Amino acid sequence: MDITDFYDTFFEEAEELLADMERYLLELDVDEPDTEHLNAIFRAAHSIKGGAGTFGFDVLQKTTHLFENLLDHTRKGELKLRRDIVDTFLETKDMLSDQLDAYRNGDEPDQEAFERICKTLQQIALEEIGRDLDGGAAPVPAPEPEPEPATPSEGAGGAGRRIVTLLNVGEKDRQLLVEELGQLGEVVTHGGDEACYEITLASTIDSDDIEAVMCFIVDADQVKIRDAENGQASEVAPAKSEPAAKAAEPAKPVEPARPSAAAKPAGDAKTAKVKAKAKGGGESTSIRVSVDKVDQIINLVGELIITQSMLDQTVSELEGAADSALLNGMSLLQRNARDLQESVMSIRMIPMDFVFSRFPRVVRETAAKLGKEIELTTEGESTELDKSLTERIIDPLTHLVRNSLDHGIEPPEVREAAGKPRTGKLVLSAKHQGGNIIIEVIDDGAGLDRDRLLAKARENGLPVADTMSDDEVWQLIFAPGFSTAKAVTDVSGRGVGMDVVKRNIQGMGGHVQIMSTPGAGTTIRIVLPLTLAILDGMSIKVGNEMFILPLSAVLESLQPAKEDLYAMAGDDVVLKVRDEYLPVVAVHEALDVPNAKTELTETIAVIVQGEGRRYALLVDDLVGQQQVVVKNLETNYRKVPGVSAATILGDGSVALILDITGLHRLSRAKKEDRRPERGWQTLEADTDKVLEI
Amino acid sequence: MNQTNDAALAAAEAYNREFLVFSLGDEEYAVDILKVQEIRGYENVTRIANAPDFIKGVTNLRGVIVPIVDLRIKFHLDKVEYGGQTVVIVVNVEDRVVGIVVDGVSDVMTLSPDQIKPAPEFGVTLSSDFLSGLGSLEDRMLVIVDIDKLLTSDEMELVDRVAE
Repeated sequence: MDITDFYDTFFEEAEELLADMERYLLELDVDEPDTEHLNAIFRAAHSIKGGAGTFGFDVLQKTTHLFENLLDHTRKGELKLRRDIVDTFLETKDMLSDQLDAYRNGDEPDQEAFERICKTLQQIALEEIGRDLDGGAAPVPAPEPEPEPATPSEGAGGAGRRIVTLLNVGEKDRQLLVEELGQLGEVVTHGGDEACYEITLASTIDSDDIEAVMCFIVDADQVKIRDAENGQASEVAPAKSEPAAKAAEPAKPVEPARPSAAAKPAGDAKTAKVKAKAKGGGESTSIRVSVDKVDQIINLVGELIITQSMLDQTVSELEGAADSALLNGMSLLQRNARDLQESVMSIRMIPMDFVFSRFPRVVRETAAKLGKEIELTTEGESTELDKSLTERIIDPLTHLVRNSLDHGIEPPEVREAAGKPRTGKLVLSAKHQGGNIIIEVIDDGAGLDRDRLLAKARENGLPVADTMSDDEVWQLIFAPGFSTAKAVTDVSGRGVGMDVVKRNIQGMGGHVQIMSTPGAGTTIRIVLPLTLAILDGMSIKVGNEMFILPLSAVLESLQPAKEDLYAMAGDDVVLKVRDEYLPVVAVHEALDVPNAKTELTETIAVIVQGEGRRYALLVDDLVGQQQVVVKNLETNYRKVPGVSAATILGDGSVALILDITGLHRLSRAKKEDRRPERGWQTLEADTDKVLEI
Repeated sequence: MNQTNDAALAAAEAYNREFLVFSLGDEEYAVDILKVQEIRGYENVTRIANAPDFIKGVTNLRGVIVPIVDLRIKFHLDKVEYGGQTVVIVVNVEDRVVGIVVDGVSDVMTLSPDQIKPAPEFGVTLSSDFLSGLGSLEDRMLVIVDIDKLLTSDEMELVDRVAE
């Protein structure tokens, strides 16, 4: 067994720990820090240190070591937290990530950065608690990466002797362990039998770390480590490991930094217990599987569902004679197939929280850099999105958030002068709507400046006219090289980026909309289509053709009465539904369906909602509701206007899934409507209402 | 000597290509057999609105949505009928699967390079860009279609060009 086999496990675990660490750091209330959180942060640092030491990642180990000590003081209340200290901690966490990445890529971490962060941490220790982190053994002005890590257990006394006792460990594992221990220090003697095997080890390494190494091969309760010098037994069962190690420490020479450690064994024991629990739970909670495999399963299950539907249909057509056992079997099959499909689909879906959770950090840092006060709210964190999309949305979204902070939200003084609260609001929201996923970045800043955008566009030689609709003007910010920022900051303003954002989102098959009101703020809305999902659909019939409407878009359906239909500007028709006038979209017109009902009062109006607007879709018949597997039309064909995707019905035929806004656009185009598109501004009220729901 | 012979034989074999021959009206066409995935009947095609008339719609090919193109309409043939003989050749083109409707599939032919003549410059409906050549086989002439070029061309409107 080679220790490098465990590298990957360590990297993954460390990454998770760092993510936890960041989350807790961000949640920390500086004035009244939650002890549990502090403990969690400390534990994360401690675990990483242990692993780093085991694998010989010196720099990582040293950094985490300093960090851990500082955190230890923090959780004991000896170090008073301040915002800037938390910032430093966050910075340290980033540094640890970088180091981890470097090791993962087989590089050495950046030495300079390492020295800098060590210095910073030392500084905090010296200034805030008046002692340095490494214990009094060596005065450290700037911690040079010395050959020997300055761990507290090392002290001036040199290598301590420990007796490691192995209980019930087989011959093969014993040899391995002796070898491993040989790498940690000098094995002085070893001998014994299977029931009890003793190894005397001269090593500078912490009992904890020795235990960590051994636990790769044997269970923790098979190992006992005690200090040879004072003979104090320290059983290294997980629940007791920490106090035991701590208790052993004071026996070693000169250790001014940690005298309080022994005084608090009870608290530490608790921490250790929690840690053991977390460790035990973590092993079986997840496995890593390649996305290809998952996709294959999803496809196969999709096929299964279709076959099952076909069977179902055939059975239901059997004349009376159908065996009841067959029918029972069929309904069981149906239920199981659906359950299977749901479970399989959920594998790929991850909540938006995965994306949103990194924004508190981005906002905090950007706001600090810009000297602005920002309150970030996130909505719809549980909205699930396909993993591949979540990963790809992060960069564009980060860019949009930075942009909102930089250009959107004004500095506090300006806001006060404008009669707004000093603190700017930034909202990140996600929701499913009409078969799309809508992600919005909403700020209550100054809004876009139409005149400035137009002026800038002219300057850049873009073809613009004063008569352009607001919507078109807003879209100018996506033009390459376009920036109206008065000054280029390191946050944004270079004009690269927004065009990349747009391209990225288009690359995912989505689009970006901008809604802006001067003085009141800007909303940037990313609309992503579903590329992979099952959809609750409503099947409708027009002529002899079957279509699917996303059920989430359907609000209600009704038979239009003659007195509620109003003709408008030629052949446009609106339908009055409870004091609201909705544009009427006849599906047969938009999609050229032959043999459809043309008499308006004979049709059924389905009230649907797409991108914040409502429409009345005229269809011939409602057929029923069913779950459908969304199949991409673009895989082998191309985008079809008015259609978002396709699905396969129970009889094996293909039905198109309608895209409501696209349908409306299509029907307008058909009517050769030359009225300019209504700007978003007029729709603002409408949109807000939708958001509140 | 033997080696040279073998090499020559291998080279000749490499140049001999197999084609699937199909008919459109009275004309005979051929496509590279390696592009053909399968042949199936014409059924259950869902119409797509606002598409050109030669795109008949999409169908379900074991869970994959495949567009169906009627080459007879594309090539302006007089008689376009759908019956028991109408078949769909499912081809694989640039990682896409497309079905083409033809009047019938006759056989698979092996053509040697000297049997393939360059296509003359002609054609309003079928640009010679989309032909790999003309195959002459005794008294028959096969129009060898470069199915890749044809189906991915702009005029087939099957592929989204990078849209702005």
